[in-house]
Amino acid sequence: MAHVPFEYGLYLAAALFLIGLVGVLVRRNLIFVLASIEIMLNAAGLGFVVAGSRWGSPDGQVMFIFILSMAAAEVAVGLALALLYRRAFGSLDIDEASRMRG
Amino acid sequence: VTVVFYIAGAIALISTLLVITRRNTLHALLYLVVSLLAVAVVFYTLGAPFVAALEVIVYAGAIIVLFLFTVMLLNIGRDDAERGGALRASAWIGPGLLAAVLLAELAWAISTGATAQVGARVVEPREVGVALYGPYAIGVELASTLLLAALIGARHLGQRQRELDTGLRQTAAGEAIGGPAGGSDSDGVDSAAGSDKAATSAAETEAAAASSAAATASATVVPAAEPHDTRFWRKDDD
Repeated sequence: MAHVPFEYGLYLAAALFLIGLVGVLVRRNLIFVLASIEIMLNAAGLGFVVAGSRWGSPDGQVMFIFILSMAAAEVAVGLALALLYRRAFGSLDIDEASRMRG
Repeated sequence: VTVVFYIAGAIALISTLLVITRRNTLHALLYLVVSLLAVAVVFYTLGAPFVAALEVIVYAGAIIVLFLFTVMLLNIGRDDAERGGALRASAWIGPGLLAAVLLAELAWAISTGATAQVGARVVEPREVGVALYGPYAIGVELASTLLLAALIGARHLGQRQRELDTGLRQTAAGEAIGGPAGGSDSDGVDSAAGSDKAATSAAETEAAAASSAAATASATVVPAAEPHDTRFWRKDDD
């Protein structure tokens, strides 16, 4: 019954966050950018839960619930904006947004 | 027993890497579901079963469904679907295999009672609720305000989309007829335009329903805030 070292959970959270960050920076599709932001928020929540479970306190899970509600709000508004974006620019390429003025 | 944590973490990393490298949006969303389920298994092995259930319900349930609704509204996978490519068997094998591994190790972990390998102990949902409505009560109120703002914002954006749509049709009809198109809100100018508008309004309704479903799904996270809120609003109505 060897315990998993506490750092491994944080390494996993950091790796997931990094993958999400690379996705935001590399992908040009707006849907992929939103999905990568979800990955990053999820990784941050994983970090909170790992740190909370290290000391057996519920605070990490409480913070994860707040992150969860914020992610739900963000994705609702973000996807509504994606629909508008597609209608305005005819594609989901985020480079098209550099044509925006005002 | 700790191997459950390592396997779930490896699956999370692999499927997340596959998410950001897929070309097809639907395939990427399938791998994103697997990634979220793997993180839920990690939560379970960390001794946080309540948060694991929330991850499955809200992330893999509500948020991914919202993504899928948007992708299908935008018809991104249309070309593949016409070729029969979006639902081809090879697209399902990868996510299905990873999810099967997750299911097997979760069943094994539950049957052997293996949990709390990293954490000091299992944190019960009761303790989370007590902390949520004790020292973090102001955070719950702020979260409810944020969800309300998101609901209104999504509704407002949907309304702007409809105005933009009718505005474009008015200018198009004006150019076609050569005069001001009066009352083009009754969709009978052009059959193609009418069907387009019908599809768009149906799409809007679905998007609003999906977003409100997400909002309510995450609002059920905080059920004990309801009596306070309803009492407040009822008093306001009276």
